[in-house]
Amino acid sequence: MIGVGRAKHNLNVVDSPLGKGKSEVSLSAFAFLFSELVQYNQGKVENIAELEEAGFGVGIQILELLCHREKANRRETRVLGILSFVHSTVADSLEKGTEHEDEYMISEKELLVNKFVSVPASMGGFNCGTFVAGIVKGVLDGAGFPASVTAHFVAVEGQTRSRTTILVKFAEEVVQRDAPLA
Amino acid sequence: MRASLRPSDPAASPAVERVNAELFTLTYGAIVRQLLTDYEEIDEVNKQLDTMGYNIGARLVDDFLAKANITKCTDFRETADVIAKVGFKMFLNVTATVANWSSDNMECSLILDDNPLVDFVELPETCQGLSYCNILCGVLRGALEMVSMRTEVKFVKDMLRGDDAFEIRLKLLEHVPEEYPYKNDE
Repeated sequence: MIGVGRAKHNLNVVDSPLGKGKSEVSLSAFAFLFSELVQYNQGKVENIAELEEAGFGVGIQILELLCHREKANRRETRVLGILSFVHSTVADSLEKGTEHEDEYMISEKELLVNKFVSVPASMGGFNCGTFVAGIVKGVLDGAGFPASVTAHFVAVEGQTRSRTTILVKFAEEVVQRDAPLA
Repeated sequence: MRASLRPSDPAASPAVERVNAELFTLTYGAIVRQLLTDYEEIDEVNKQLDTMGYNIGARLVDDFLAKANITKCTDFRETADVIAKVGFKMFLNVTATVANWSSDNMECSLILDDNPLVDFVELPETCQGLSYCNILCGVLRGALEMVSMRTEVKFVKDMLRGDDAFEIRLKLLEHVPEEYPYKNDE
C-alpha cells in the first residue's frame, strides 16, 4: 500500500508523557553515583560551590516535574506554602528560626546523601547535604523565592551521628512581599 | 527523595532499599552537565564517564555479590546472564536481554529497552558524539575486572542517537589469574 511505512520515532522529549513517577532504583545505585559526584568535585578547588550548583540544577527540574504532576499547575505564592512543599519531599521537621525573621530550618535525622558518607576531620565542615541544600535552593528559586540555603551538622545528644539541618534564609524582597499577605 | 524499605520478597533478598528513580536520573544529568562544562572535548567527557563508572563498578560488585545470593558462574555465558537478569534488576530495576553471542562465546550484547538514566534526556546537536550512558560501560568493566575478567565494553546502539534500544557490546578479553600481594614463603 502506498503511504504505509514505519513512522520514525522522532518524538521530542518534551512531547512524550510525563509518566507516573513511581519507578525506583536501588539506594546503592544512587549512593555510588553520588559518591562519584563528590569525589569528582574534590579534585577541584571550589568544592562546595560545585556540589551546590549540581543540586541547584536538579532542584529546578524537580520543581517543574512535581508541580506538573501533583499540583496540577497551581503555583505556590506564599512562603509557608512553598516551604511545606519542600519539607514534604525532603525531610523530617520544619522550624522557624528564632533569631531572624527570614530564616527557616528543615532538618532530618539521617539525610539520604549523608548515609554512607564519613567526613574526615581534615575536611572540617564539609557536608554532602550541600547537594540537598542546592536542590532546595533550586526549588525555591524556581518558584520565585530567592534564598540562600546552607547545610549544617547539628550534634544531638544520645546519637552518634549528628542531625543535618538545612538553613533557608530568604531574600529581603521575599519577606517584604510575604508580610502583608499574612 | 525518601528511601523506602520494602518488606523482603522472595525475588529480592535481602530487602533492597530503593529511592525514587527520578532523583537518580536528575542527579546523573547534573553530573553529565558538570562534565560538559568542565571539559572542552566530548571525547574527554566520554572517557571521564567511563572512569567514574569504573570506580563505581569496582565497589558495586561487592555490594552485588553480598546481596545477590548467587552461586559462582561457571563460564562467561552464565556471567552475562546473571548481569542482565540479576544485576540490572537489582540496581536499576530494569532487565536486560542477552543476545548476539559470538561463535567463540567471548562476546555478547546486552540489550536494554528501558534505561532510567535517560528519562527526560535529549541530546542537542552540539553533543552528538556524547555517549550519555557511558558510565554503564565503565561500571560493567570495573565490576568484571574485580572478579578477574578483563573486558571491553561499549555501546553499539543508543536510543538518544536515534536507535530503537540500548545495546551494549560486552567482550571478554582474558581471565586474569588472581595475584596475591604477598609471597607465601616470605
